[in-house]
Amino acid sequence: MTEIANVFIIVFILLGAFFILVAAFGVIRLPDVYTRNHAASKSATLGVLCVLLGTLLFFYFKDGYFNSRVVLGIIFIFLTSPIAGHLIGRAAYNSGVKLWDKSIRDDLKNVSKAKDTAGKGQ
Amino acid sequence: MIQTIAMIAILCISLATLALIYRVIKGPSIPDRVVALDAIGINLVAIVALISIALNTNAFLEVILLLGILAFIGTVAFSKYLEKGVIIEHDRDR
Repeated sequence: MTEIANVFIIVFILLGAFFILVAAFGVIRLPDVYTRNHAASKSATLGVLCVLLGTLLFFYFKDGYFNSRVVLGIIFIFLTSPIAGHLIGRAAYNSGVKLWDKSIRDDLKNVSKAKDTAGKGQ
Repeated sequence: MIQTIAMIAILCISLATLALIYRVIKGPSIPDRVVALDAIGINLVAIVALISIALNTNAFLEVILLLGILAFIGTVAFSKYLEKGVIIEHDRDR
């Protein structure tokens, strides 16, 4: 295993751990569920992608073993984690979780109100 | 060398998981808890990858894809339950 591959693997793993830690701090400190969802579904995804890329490079450069399941895991997490974040955010809005007090703009408010009156009209 | 780095990264991710567990226990609404549990599932993927580096074996790499799929299915099912009250709907057009 060459030194430059070593450096790449270490940088990817430490960057991924840093991103996951930042995501956890965001989930603790941010004020409402939508901003927490924003932190958790972006930062944690990027961190896990970096860690998995480091793992793939480690096993490839250590003994020439290219594991395709790790590639599939990278692609799958990259595709599905934002979808899960979108679904849980939409479920939170439709089940009536309040926004933060200081948030000033709610573009979906009139839409949901119009949908309510249309539903009563039927 | 890389084993030491992997242990340090496992320590960081464990601290992150503890923070998310705090959010699961305290979170004021149900979607907070679901967001935190989804992030815990994603963190477990990273922990499995780093443990397979630290133990220097490639026997655990199938678990990565499996945990990703299970976390996604759980989150989708729970958000559908929160939104509609049921997970699998009956077909009314028949």
